[in-house]
Amino acid sequence: MSTFRSAVVTFPGSNCDRDMAVAIEQVCGGEVFRVWHGDAELPERLDFIALPGGFSYGDYLRSGAMAARSPIMRAVSEAAGRGVAVLGVCNGFQVLTETGLLPGALMRNAGIRFVCRDVRLSVENTQSVFTSGYGAGQEVVFPVAHHDGNFFADDATLDRLEGEGRVAVRYLDDINGSVRAIAGVLNEAGNVLGMMPHPERAIEQAHGGTDGRALFANVVGALASA
Amino acid sequence: MKVRVHVSLKPGVLDPQGRAIQHSLEGLGFSGVNDVRQGKLIELDVDDAVTDDQLDEMCRKLLANMVIENYRVERVTA
Repeated sequence: MSTFRSAVVTFPGSNCDRDMAVAIEQVCGGEVFRVWHGDAELPERLDFIALPGGFSYGDYLRSGAMAARSPIMRAVSEAAGRGVAVLGVCNGFQVLTETGLLPGALMRNAGIRFVCRDVRLSVENTQSVFTSGYGAGQEVVFPVAHHDGNFFADDATLDRLEGEGRVAVRYLDDINGSVRAIAGVLNEAGNVLGMMPHPERAIEQAHGGTDGRALFANVVGALASA
Repeated sequence: MKVRVHVSLKPGVLDPQGRAIQHSLEGLGFSGVNDVRQGKLIELDVDDAVTDDQLDEMCRKLLANMVIENYRVERVTA
């Protein structure tokens, strides 16, 4: 297999971009390119694109709304259409829903407060490029840190997501009011994952846990065996 | 020409901020407030040549998130 090539996009106001790049370097290895939101093109032959957490454009208008319309997102959408693995975490998830690459929307937490803590999750889909390294229903602990993590979609959309196995992870405790406790969803093809919890903050013991490693390791493994 | 775009949450979408405002109003002693929904008002200054269809497209593409929000465009005659 040729060298694993990934890109981490930085928007103005991203603040987890370095953590994401370090997690990918440590777990996936290969080359990690840092890409700016104003770039119109991504590096060639990418295997993996990550949209990091943060507060892009100060959350103006809606969380992720401005970033979703930035030049780089056209290239990300194109790459996603070609089957490149795309992961959006926290603000990255908000950007993916605003772009339309993922269904639903992320609204203000039901309790109104910013939630910053470790959360217990259950891995619901174990077929995707991101999640096949976990057991069905496996409990994992990832940190969350968000104000707008309250996932919403209409019932028809939710039923479709559930029916197609596209709910990737669910909260085991209600922390933000998300419908059906949804913490992360996949696109139809299964190569785009958005989630509020931060796997990149759970990759070494100093983080308090390493449950996130399998997600990144799996992206490399799935591509190597493809 | 001035245009006002009113963005509001769709009926049935929970509005935690609206509810907090309602509770605050109750705390201030105002009774009889049955519900509060918070929205956005976006004011645009556009050329007269900008059509209704273009304004509609602006709303759908950026100003409102059609998953959770409705919008209403109002042209304001000076």
